[in-house]
Amino acid sequence: MDNVIQAEGLRKNYGDRLAVRSVDLSVPGGSVLGVLGPNGAGKTTLVRMLATLLDVDGGHAEVAGYDVTRHPRKVRERIGLTGQYAAVDSRLTARENLRLIGRLHHLDRFAAERRGEELLRRFDLLDAADRYVGTYSGGMRRRVDLAASLIGEPMVLFLDEPTTGLDPASRQVLWDSITEQVEAGTSVLLTTQYLEEADRLADRVVVIDEGSVAAEGKPAELKSRVGGERLRVVVRERSELPGAISALAPIAPEEPDVDTATGEVSIELRNGVESLAQAAEALRGAGVEPDEFGLYRPSLDDVFLSLIGDRTVTEQSALGKART
Amino acid sequence: MIELMNDSRALLGRHIRHLVRMPEKLISMTVMPVAYVAVFGVLFGSAISLPGAEYHDYLMAGIFAQTMLMNVSGTGLGVADDLNNGLVDRFRSLPITSTPVMIARTTSNVLLTVLSSIAMSVVGFAIGWRTEAGPLSVLGGFGLLLLLGIGMAWLGAWLGLVLRSPEVINPVTFMVIMPLTFLSNAFIPLNGLPSWLRTICQWNPLSVVVAACRKLFGNDIATSQAGALVVRNPEPRALLLTVALSAIMAPLAVRAYRKAAAG
Repeated sequence: MDNVIQAEGLRKNYGDRLAVRSVDLSVPGGSVLGVLGPNGAGKTTLVRMLATLLDVDGGHAEVAGYDVTRHPRKVRERIGLTGQYAAVDSRLTARENLRLIGRLHHLDRFAAERRGEELLRRFDLLDAADRYVGTYSGGMRRRVDLAASLIGEPMVLFLDEPTTGLDPASRQVLWDSITEQVEAGTSVLLTTQYLEEADRLADRVVVIDEGSVAAEGKPAELKSRVGGERLRVVVRERSELPGAISALAPIAPEEPDVDTATGEVSIELRNGVESLAQAAEALRGAGVEPDEFGLYRPSLDDVFLSLIGDRTVTEQSALGKART
Repeated sequence: MIELMNDSRALLGRHIRHLVRMPEKLISMTVMPVAYVAVFGVLFGSAISLPGAEYHDYLMAGIFAQTMLMNVSGTGLGVADDLNNGLVDRFRSLPITSTPVMIARTTSNVLLTVLSSIAMSVVGFAIGWRTEAGPLSVLGGFGLLLLLGIGMAWLGAWLGLVLRSPEVINPVTFMVIMPLTFLSNAFIPLNGLPSWLRTICQWNPLSVVVAACRKLFGNDIATSQAGALVVRNPEPRALLLTVALSAIMAPLAVRAYRKAAAG
């Protein structure tokens, strides 16, 4: 299928500062692109340009087959946008919010009403539909917001950090709704700081850092780029560390990674279970009784950290996950 | 054009719901001017004596005009509120232009001041205010006030979009409204003022509008207008001023909205 988002050399500057330097990206129809990056990497700016909210300073982009600069109106008829905070009117009820957005999508009164009811049911909001959105919990508001962005039956859905600040249960609910929407054929561009979210939802991932694309690929490809499966061994006594290292070194294709502070040794596993058995044998031979002995698959966290490095140590805590 | 009207109407529905749901706003916008009419009309009325006329007759056009000026702060704050809560992004991602968003906002605020004006008319009537002109002329007077309100709402929208934060909007609109209101003929006849101050007040555009309204209501007191160059034959000038205010501020506000939303 053709690309529903196609951007080339997209650029945005605020005064002297280049918020987005030169970004190329493409999203094939029916797929989900995850845009990952630390705070201030330019993710939101990128989304706002693609969604016609911001003027483009350089390069060009087509969304749903139309140029965002020349035909913003055509683009808007075909997109939905859910931003970082729920952009719904808190002094209206959910039902009224959806009806209003439906009318502004130029549905007639009945069509707007019908579409609103449909979405209220789908997002499990019927019971609360006549309460002011201001009284809703964060998760419910986000659901109203997502429902609002689906009223125009968009071809492309932009989700700018859709689950930031939500509790795990609400996040799960939102993920399920997004998955459902993708299965129905909507293409999605999703920005997130949660690597787990990208891993879970995205077919392809683009890592953005300082306004440029730092890496791109399927989650699995990106993970294999930082290495394959690893064996992780934690020794019980610090004194056993040299023994463990010399036992594992012959099996490892490269020098073992050692963390003396935690007593941790890790090696890449080239031959799966075979190497695992060898390692166990070697450790027993060396008389090392490890505290932990296990397989470890690199996560997108590792990809992220290997690309972005220590520069973003402060953001690291915001990721909610520490490197193992 | 039909689309512009439909979009504006849908968005106006939103504002009207807000008004109905926040009766405190409706009440404060009604009680305040009504209190002004009562307090100014009765208190000042007994202190200020006009030769051959009643003060409350003189006052009403001025106090209506002051109420119309309240559109500046009302609209400014409303616009800033929308800018700061993310709704602008939502609207911008919809297939509508910026114009209906602004039209709905200004119209809802003007509606609010129209409601206060109705309440004020009733109270004014109770304390003795009577128009002394034909119904068409009186209607013309109210029409002029409506135009003033619309112009002021657009001015407020523009200020709100440029200033953005309520902490700044409040003092700035106050600084616009206060001199306009009090350095004018809205509450006091200008004859008693020193001539330099009188000149300033006479050149205040609001004085022209108020003078025109008074004339259309048949509440103009010949003595208090004598010799005032600017306020002589004020109706066409008042019409021009109020229409020009909207004609200038509306496009500026729509443009500022587009810029604020894209920033």
